[in-house]
Formats: sequence, C-alpha cells, structure tokens
Amino acid sequence: MNSVQIAQIMDATYLVAIILFVLAIKWMNSPATARRGVLVAEIGAALAVAATLADPEVTQYKWIVIALIIGAGIGIPLGMVKMTAVPQRTAMALTFGSLSATMIGIAEYYVGYPHVTRFEMGEICLEVIIGSLTFTGSLIAAGKLQEILPLRPIIYKGQNFVSLSVLGAAIVLAIAMVVHPNQGILFPIMIAVSLFFGILLVTPIGGADMPTVISLLNSYAGIAAAMLGFVLNSKVLVVAGALDGSSGFILSVIMCKAMNRSFTNVMFGAFGQVQASAAVQGEPRTVRSASPEEAAEILGAANTVVIVPGYGMAVAQAQHKVRELFDVLTRRGVDVSFGIHPVAGRMPGHMNVLLAEADIPYDRLREMDDINSDLPQTDVALIIGANDVTNPGARTDTGSPIYGMPILDVDKARTVMVIKRSMSPGFAGIDNPLYYMDKTLMLFGDAKAFVGDLVRELSAGQGAQQPASSQRTVSA
Amino acid sequence: MPPDFLSNLYVFVLAGFLAFEIVRRVSPLLHTPLMSLTNALDAIVVVAAIIIAGRHESRLSVVLGLIAVAASFSNMVGGFFITDRTLRMFKAGKAKR
Repeated sequence: MNSVQIAQIMDATYLVAIILFVLAIKWMNSPATARRGVLVAEIGAALAVAATLADPEVTQYKWIVIALIIGAGIGIPLGMVKMTAVPQRTAMALTFGSLSATMIGIAEYYVGYPHVTRFEMGEICLEVIIGSLTFTGSLIAAGKLQEILPLRPIIYKGQNFVSLSVLGAAIVLAIAMVVHPNQGILFPIMIAVSLFFGILLVTPIGGADMPTVISLLNSYAGIAAAMLGFVLNSKVLVVAGALDGSSGFILSVIMCKAMNRSFTNVMFGAFGQVQASAAVQGEPRTVRSASPEEAAEILGAANTVVIVPGYGMAVAQAQHKVRELFDVLTRRGVDVSFGIHPVAGRMPGHMNVLLAEADIPYDRLREMDDINSDLPQTDVALIIGANDVTNPGARTDTGSPIYGMPILDVDKARTVMVIKRSMSPGFAGIDNPLYYMDKTLMLFGDAKAFVGDLVRELSAGQGAQQPASSQRTVSA
Repeated sequence: MPPDFLSNLYVFVLAGFLAFEIVRRVSPLLHTPLMSLTNALDAIVVVAAIIIAGRHESRLSVVLGLIAVAASFSNMVGGFFITDRTLRMFKAGKAKR
C-alpha cells in the first residue's frame, strides 16, 4: 500500500467512527435505546484508535502503550465513582480533555517552529487559549465540587475588571504572536496568562451555578477539540469537537433558562453570596410542623403524591430511603411521582441519575412543565432537600433575586410537606414564603432519618388499612 | 489561508447544526450521561495525540504527545465506562398500575 491509500483507509475509518458517534447521541433520546448508543460509540472509538495505531507514521509504540495503560488506569477508577460524585468526575474529565487538546496545540507549535505561518499561529493561539482556560477552570470547578475549595463564591472588589484585563492580556499576546509567529518567548507567557484567567473565571462562581458552569466548560472543551481539528486538519476532531461543544452549549442554555439568568449574570454575577434581600420582615411568622406519625398518616391517605428532591437529598444520602418510601406508598395504591427541576443537583440531569441509582423507575421521574400541570390536582407535595426551586416568591416577588425563575408549583398542591433541618435559608440565602403557608407542614429533621421514620410508620400502619380519620387530614 | 481551512469550516458548521438538532431531542432524564458520553467522544483527540507522540519529531513533542495520549485515553475509557454504568441504572417501571 502506498501512503495515499493508507491515508484514505484512515479517513474512511474516521468517517465510520463519526457516523457511529452521531448515532450514539441520537439514541440518547430515550433510555430504551441509549445503551445501544454507547456500544456503537465504543466501536467507533475503538476503530479509530486501532486505525491510528496502524498508521506507518507512528513508529514508536513502547511509550504510547505505556501512556495508554496509564490513561486507562486513571479512567477506570474515575468511571467507578458514586453517582453523587459524578459532577466532580465530569469536571475532572473536562480537565483531562482540555489538557490533552492544549498539549497537542503546544506540541504542534514547536514542531512547526520557526516556520509557523500567521494563519496557523492564529489557529494555534485560539486553541491553546481556550484549552488552557478550560483546563484550570475545570480543575477549580472539580475542587469546588469535591469541596476541597470553598463552594461559596469568592469575590472581591473590582474582580470583573481584573478578570477581563487578564483575558485582554492573553488576547493581546495572541495578536502579537500572530504578527510575529516565531517570537517563541511570547508563547509560554500567553499560556500562563490563559491558565491564570481560567482560575479567575471559575473562582467567583458558587455551587448553585455549577450546572451552568460545568455545561459551559464542557462547551469550551469541545470547541478546543474542534479548533485542534482545524490546526491539525483533522475532520474527525472537528466533528467530535462540534458535537461536544454544541451539546455543552445547549445544556448551558437550558440551565440558564431554568434559572432565568443570562450567561453574563452567571459568569459575573457571583450568585449565592449572602443576599441582602427584603426577606427579613419585622413580624415573626409562624410555621406549622408535624411529626413523622402525622405526616405518614397524611401520605398514606393521599391518592397522589409528588416528591420534589433537591441536592439536599443527595447530601443526606437519603435517596435509598426515598425509594423505600416510594415502594411502601406504591404498595398502598398511592400514585407517586417525582418532580425534577432542571437545575436540581450539581450538574444537568443529576437528580435523575441519583434516583435511577436508587432503583426508581424512570417513567416516575417527570420534568418541571409536565409535573406543574398536575400539581394543582396533587394531594401531597413532599419536598426533600430542595428550596429555591420551590420558592413561590419567584413568581410574584419582583424584589427577589430569583424573581422570574421557573419553579415547581408545589404551593398549588393540596398539602405541602417540607423536610428540612431547620428554618435556615437555602443556598442562595433567600427566604421561602412557601414555609409560612397554611397548608404547609414543616418536617424538621435529617432527610434520611425522617424519610426512614415515614417508611417505618407507613409499613407499621399497613395492617390497619386506612383509618377513617385520615380523611380529615387530607382535606385540611 | 490554507486550502483545507474552508472545507474544515464547512464540516464544523454542518456538524454544529446537526449536533444542535440531535442534542435538542435528548431526553432531559439523560442529560448527565449525555455529558459523559460527549466527553468520551471528545476524547477521540487521542488519535491526534498518538500521531504526535508516534512521529518522534522532537523530544518535546513526544513528551507533550504522551501526556495528551494518557489524558485523553483516560477520558475515553472512563467516559464510556461511566456512561454505560449510569444508563444501566435507568429501569422502566414494572407493568403499568
């Protein structure tokens, strides 16, 4: 075979891989077909890697094999983490992905040096800047999600000015590089400045905004890979990067919409710092609380129950107890479903994964718009570890920092129950008027322990078959 | 402008539109595995890393290439692994009540 034929065979293999990748994402439209998608994507990736290893340009195998083994050694443990840790794993994956793209971009510059054209320099600079800032940004995000770094936003005066100046400096250096592509000294400075900008970009962002930030970093990692495809003239990278980049971008748009905020606001708004909202009014307001026995009685007598989980459920590790509650209620003939807000959890879709891990059938997990049409006919809305996404103030209180955010309309259910440790406000520091409504019962305690008590009460009461007194409580 | 630039741009723009249409249809249930899957697909960068490391053009390019091989292969293996593991957890309800 001559080299042209080899190149054609490789390109054909890459084309097959790309087709399989597209099919894989297409099949993610339903849990029924999604695993088939992963299988074909794996075949595509394996074909592409095998074809590349067979490329006669590749002459040194020993170290490549060692690097592949190291990669698998890192990747497999990272693939085995618990579902609660998936957001940090994703952030680590973005770190490795952007590290890889940046390393190749840098290598490509030094391979071409000192004969790099201006056009190539422009491509390389753009690729390396995006790759570097994604690398440090994802690393900081992973640190925050693992709570090695403080999850609260870290802010100081003039922060946005400083951050944007650093980005500006990186761009100026890139322009200088394009004008003088072979001024080698500027290149490492540009990389260092971009790495620094990534740190500045993510440090001010708080935990509540992590779903958006992870999606946005995902988008950057994809763009970096696509840019690398331009640098190396590799269409497989261009397409894979475009797929990853658009997917991250669409997810971040969905997350922003679900919080009624703009990108700029997420990136520069430092949401989640202590808000001086108008929440603290003069008069003390009263809440009604209930014991596990009372709550269990109401739940057992209901026809329909909607459970609204939030990240607090995952923090308390309560999802398996919630599954038991789901089982015991379902056995009693209660129709139980779950209302999932798009930004519940620490990354897009996180809550669904946590509940699926606890063996809750996915047809019981329902999206916000879908469940909102049913909530007015729901007997009990049970809120576990969620706060801001249930705050009716978002509909009416124009002064609230979350005004305009779409919420789960739990306040329209006949009875509302909220499992909460204490009356302290949620992540964004905003008071929730839901707790002071007449139909709301506060269930104070640890989510896992309280749900466990509910399960015990309901299982114990099963022999007694629905006491007549239950009617009184439900209509309350 | 190198001759391949426009054809790459062409591919990029079309792939972007295609991705937009298919990702929009992905069930919100599966947004977490979607992200781990696209990370794994993105790790196809490993093919470029293998070529950079395997060509042996300079010591620096080999070292950078090998770091890239390890980093992106960890994503490929870990990404596919966790995506499949996550998807296995999604079970349909038993017969409709």
